[in-house]
Amino acid sequence: MREVIINPITRLEGHGKIVVVLDDAGNCIKAYLQVPELRGFEKFAVGRHAEDMPQITPRICGVCPMAHHMASTKTLDDLYKVDPPEPAKKIREMVYNIFMLEDHALHFYILAGPDFIVGPKAPKTERNVIGVIKKVGNEVALKIIGMRKKLRKLNETIAGKVIHPVFGLPGGISRPLSKEVVEEARKISDEAIEFAEFTYKIFKDIVLKNEEYVNLITSEAYTHRTYYMGLVDDKNRVNFYDGKIRVVSPRGLEYAKFDVHQYLDYIAEHVEPWTYIKFPYLKKVGWRGFIDGEDSGIMSVAPLARLNAAEGMATPRAQEAYEEMYSMLGGKPVHHTLANHWARVIEIIYAAERFRELAYDPDIESRDVRKIPTAIPDVGVGVVEAPRGTLIHHYETDERGVIKKANLLVATQHNAARIALSVDKAARSLIKGGVIDEGLLNMVEMAFRAYDPCHACGTHTLPGNLPIKIYIYNTEGQLIKTIERF
Amino acid sequence: MEKPKMALYWCASCGGCEEAVVDLAEKILDVINLVDIVFWPVAVDFKIDDVEKLPDGSIVASLINGGVRLSEHEHVVKLLRRKSKIVVAYGACSSWGGIPGLANLYDKEEILKYVYGDAPSVDNPGGVRPREKHVEEVELELPSFLPRLLPLDVVIDVDYYIPGCPPTPEVTWKALEILLSGNLPPKGSVLGASDRALCYECPLNNTKPDKILLKDIKRPHQVIVDPEKCLLTQELICLGPVTRGGCGALCIKAAMPCTGCFGSLDEVIDYGGKAVSYFASILDYYTEEDVERILDRLPDPMGVFYRYTLPASRLRGKIKTTMR
Repeated sequence: MREVIINPITRLEGHGKIVVVLDDAGNCIKAYLQVPELRGFEKFAVGRHAEDMPQITPRICGVCPMAHHMASTKTLDDLYKVDPPEPAKKIREMVYNIFMLEDHALHFYILAGPDFIVGPKAPKTERNVIGVIKKVGNEVALKIIGMRKKLRKLNETIAGKVIHPVFGLPGGISRPLSKEVVEEARKISDEAIEFAEFTYKIFKDIVLKNEEYVNLITSEAYTHRTYYMGLVDDKNRVNFYDGKIRVVSPRGLEYAKFDVHQYLDYIAEHVEPWTYIKFPYLKKVGWRGFIDGEDSGIMSVAPLARLNAAEGMATPRAQEAYEEMYSMLGGKPVHHTLANHWARVIEIIYAAERFRELAYDPDIESRDVRKIPTAIPDVGVGVVEAPRGTLIHHYETDERGVIKKANLLVATQHNAARIALSVDKAARSLIKGGVIDEGLLNMVEMAFRAYDPCHACGTHTLPGNLPIKIYIYNTEGQLIKTIERF
Repeated sequence: MEKPKMALYWCASCGGCEEAVVDLAEKILDVINLVDIVFWPVAVDFKIDDVEKLPDGSIVASLINGGVRLSEHEHVVKLLRRKSKIVVAYGACSSWGGIPGLANLYDKEEILKYVYGDAPSVDNPGGVRPREKHVEEVELELPSFLPRLLPLDVVIDVDYYIPGCPPTPEVTWKALEILLSGNLPPKGSVLGASDRALCYECPLNNTKPDKILLKDIKRPHQVIVDPEKCLLTQELICLGPVTRGGCGALCIKAAMPCTGCFGSLDEVIDYGGKAVSYFASILDYYTEEDVERILDRLPDPMGVFYRYTLPASRLRGKIKTTMR
């Protein structure tokens, strides 16, 4: 038996590692994605002031700190049984959509862009952010950088800091918005709509007109039939900030719809000895190992899963794009991992539209943005949709609001089992008869990049080309070949 | 002329320090023009082998963020030390441990037991734990989780520090300018930030009286503050007076108190100790009952005063002692 180690996957937090096991005939019999990362946040939360959690938990991820900040702040609302004034909720949701827009756009252009915009089979030297700029032009590139800068600056002004925000408190936000900030937000939201439309056009012109790419999206190697989970509003439409958690089966039927307070009835975490990440699954369906299908509790989250788990989008242009995707891909649910990129663009449109709706809502000018909590704290549970999927925080405190117990179910974790499936399937379908070529690296890379996994925290930020090095050992453990891909 | 070589690396970090570098925006292009980045796992090709092949001391500066939490981090930072002329601790975690350093209040076993056993969503009847070596079809290895998180200068010799959680793009840029100028300050200096306390750059400083005497302490969720008035005078624990400036008072501008992520001023040995002593001096408390009351008002002084600096403090964390 031989092993092939893809190590380390750069731009994966904690230097993730893929180990591929071959039989004597050189066929892949198993591939493992190992996540060597552990910091123990849930444990050292114990003893902290609950109101400090919205500042402590963002340090889990500096790329999506707003997701943790918001999940945590909402958990405090619940902990202190305080319902924030409407304007506070609207400002929070606006900030949250600005964040989703900025984060998704970065992934689309900078990380996935090289695959999609430059093309999956373009020469390696062009499959990076420079290649993206060449293809879309300098003017467009500046537009993208400029938009990111404006959105992040606006969130810094409102939330205090863009990396590790501070404005969330139980019962609202730290202070109202000034007139200037409201005006600025409105102006930027107009530009955001235009930016989203333009992004969708790029996606259609460059990606959807490329038959080769569309074939790749729908190919079996990237297809898993799992459950899908996401937050929905009262009309079962996608919502990032609030709602009920809805799960659909691999056949697209509603399997469950529940309030986050019931999460322990529906979700459990499985532990494996070869990785530090835990694998959440649907408790009542059960853990059946790394297999897909109706009998396996493995579920998926993030853009495609959210769209699958919902019945539509709450804003008009996003709804049109939603219908377009499902009609082109043959109805719901879509099981093709690579369609995540498409779903992400649809969510960019939604985030921009929702941002604009809220920016022009007269409520955000209100001074009434805080309610001081009066209840004695006990248990709080909160949820948001992070860019990478459903994010749940759960705290228990003493009567002084000191954390006694904390449980965090982080977005990428929900996808961990499906990502493991994807890596395994890509390796098995490619490595046969001892032939290991660059194709494997491409396939593996694209398989998990689609999820935008959060161990890849920083991944959104720079060149989209994933450098991988494979070490091939013989049965005596001697290194016989290395393949590099830069 | 060959451009100077630079490396960036992350240990147990959240990626926020990497984002902070990317937030240099168009200035990042200047950086790329000025230096040759030979190693930056988050952004450029991972070439640890290439780093190993470089002559010792050939990297001009390595910026390292995140605390040292896994055996793998220890290995890479030692390698970078050997290959670099200058090593810079970038950000709060690398400098003093940062927020993940609060894990030092618990030992390794307590953390593993909770995460893989006692957490309410875990379903693990067999008591499975991730293992450093585990045999399936082949032996699968994981780096070991060290007994506690270590600031960088406990593991290797560190030349300079860039503070902040994360350092702001302005601070980062100033520090890079100093590093590239060749006109280097004494070893151990803090780069890019201010030499004075945050209050001096705080927009509310002119509302701070010369002498403050607090009758009570409030936690941020207990009070709606006046955003135009010094937060200390509103009885919040704002750590501005004992914290190094340089961030531009971002949190305070959002009506939230400073939590100390830029760390202490020069000459201060223990940030948390200094902060406690400062607040002790402005509290209008005298009797033992008063002390009881204050502890009740602020049940987690550790998380408030040592939030970013515990592993580098005199306290260090929970240390097990065995009776002889």
